[in-house]
Amino acid sequence: MTVVDVVAGDLTLGPVLFNWSADRWRDFYFRIADEAPIETVILGEVVCFKRAPIFQSHMDQVADRLAAAGKTVVFATLAEVMSKQERALIAAACADGAHMIEANDASALLRLRGRPHHIGPFVNVYNEHTVAVLAAGGARNICLPPEAPAHTIDTLCPAAAALGVTIEVQVFGRMPLALSARCYHARANGRTKDSCQFVCENDPDGMKLQTLEEKPFLVVNGIQTMSSEYLNLAGELADLRRMGVTRFRLSPHTCDMVEVADVFRAALDGRLDAEATLARLEGLNLDAPFCNGFYFNKPGNTWVPVHSS
Amino acid sequence: MTTTNTYQRPELVCPAGTPAALRAAVDAGADTVYCGLQNDTNARNFPGLNFTPAELERSIGYAHARQAKVLLAVNTFPPAGHFDLWREAIDLAAHSGADAAIIADIGVADYAARTHPNLRLHLSVQAGASSPEAISFYCENFGIKRVVLPRMLTVAEIADLHRQIPCEIEAFVFGNIGMMAEGRCSLSNYVTGISTNMNGVCSPAADVHYEEDTEHRLTTRLGEFVIDRFACGENAGYPTVCKGRYLCQARTQPYYAFEEPVSLNLSALLPDLMRAGVTALKIEGRQRSRAYVKKVVSAFRRAVDDLMAGHDASLSSLLALTEGRRETHGAFAGKHWR
Repeated sequence: MTVVDVVAGDLTLGPVLFNWSADRWRDFYFRIADEAPIETVILGEVVCFKRAPIFQSHMDQVADRLAAAGKTVVFATLAEVMSKQERALIAAACADGAHMIEANDASALLRLRGRPHHIGPFVNVYNEHTVAVLAAGGARNICLPPEAPAHTIDTLCPAAAALGVTIEVQVFGRMPLALSARCYHARANGRTKDSCQFVCENDPDGMKLQTLEEKPFLVVNGIQTMSSEYLNLAGELADLRRMGVTRFRLSPHTCDMVEVADVFRAALDGRLDAEATLARLEGLNLDAPFCNGFYFNKPGNTWVPVHSS
Repeated sequence: MTTTNTYQRPELVCPAGTPAALRAAVDAGADTVYCGLQNDTNARNFPGLNFTPAELERSIGYAHARQAKVLLAVNTFPPAGHFDLWREAIDLAAHSGADAAIIADIGVADYAARTHPNLRLHLSVQAGASSPEAISFYCENFGIKRVVLPRMLTVAEIADLHRQIPCEIEAFVFGNIGMMAEGRCSLSNYVTGISTNMNGVCSPAADVHYEEDTEHRLTTRLGEFVIDRFACGENAGYPTVCKGRYLCQARTQPYYAFEEPVSLNLSALLPDLMRAGVTALKIEGRQRSRAYVKKVVSAFRRAVDDLMAGHDASLSSLLALTEGRRETHGAFAGKHWR
């Protein structure tokens, strides 16, 4: 590494986006607390309010264990907010004065205005003017939407830094692509959102959709639609750090997330080069290939091979 | 059905992709017409569509002379480093006498509110504000006067919302219905590399390809992905990812994983919407022809006038104009849709 004046960068573990059983959820975070070189962990249900009670009984225990292990715990709010129940969840989350909150919609922005908070990837932040407005409202960290290309990240980082705001970018995991009022997990099974019977619990990494040519295409996660491919920006870490990105988000899956964190930590520390990093990540034997197209202004599903830097 | 007239006369807000369509809409009885510029600043950025600054000014003159309003949609999200194009669009809205600008981006909203305090601002559906608090965020920060509601609420929920927000409500009543929350969908970019949020295009025509096989079935491809296949006689809508047919393990047959190719038609719910406190009824379709605009606007003009006079509204002729000639009440009729 020739660049010495950039910080190595922190790893953030994004919220579990899927419907995992309460025990799986708890055990996952216990292991993260005990073993993963991760600085910040985002907790909370982001996709569907109906899932929120499932792991609520373990929440305090998990938050305490993570904090005891030296992790910073941040609570995320729902991405889509309409109903009374959803609004009540936002109100409750934002009433928590003890933790940093990550806002994922404008209703949380209203409630968090004037106090320090984080902005999640479900808030549309594409330009420096939006960053300035959010910073004035108390934003301290912004995780950009996954479709933000390199040029956007490069321009936003110095603008954000001047306002005391850090920029975070997702570097691993299926990408959130769309939200809807309708639950597509329920629809696939002839049910509706109200009568879903939590059918999404059968797909801990999302329900796969294929094209009529049987080509893997998308993944359904309740009201959310995601990429089939796993975003992997390991090859772009050096570029991202030069731009001024200081926080790198890993999105949880059922694969070995401690290994994922170890690999990204080693890559950020300069202990693994791009090729070796990719080889280790390929060793995860994921159920779909990697992608990084958005970063290069190409279709998001595509993969631009790792370039030597 | 005869109803007592317990509602305000709603404003009929109509689409115009071209100056000719704008004149057709005004002549057919539109109270208000909305349009966009020929660039990334609006969410219907299709080739051959939209207005030059000079056309916008002339069109505003035409509409104002006939007591109709013109709204300029500046409702995409400027990527960093390219804000000037959106700034110019907002300045143009203010200087050309547009009756409001329809905005979505927080930065654009802030610029408009600070620079042109007299420019009326409407919150685009692309902002995806679906709760009283979200809408209030925009009202309190930027003085938004009207919200265009996402197509995800029931009529009962709209009525409830109306009582809790400090601005007017505009609701879609007719036209193409996207299945994903507007402004929160990267599916088209995922397939084509063009962003709906930043570039204003969903399923760009250059990426749409049709292939006919020996059995005369048409395969629709967006980018490299097959998104539907149908017999030649079948009615098909414009190919977007969210209206395609796919395979999944829970199904034995290909199915419309998100939605079938249907159009929104709330003509039967107009009295309910008006009673719920909706100020403005919005017709989608800036990409549609002048003839289409004329037919739909005329039909809705008659329907609204009939309802205000205490008569039934007949809109059965509209079915022929819906996508795939199939219609839906979408989320509006009840929660079972979700």
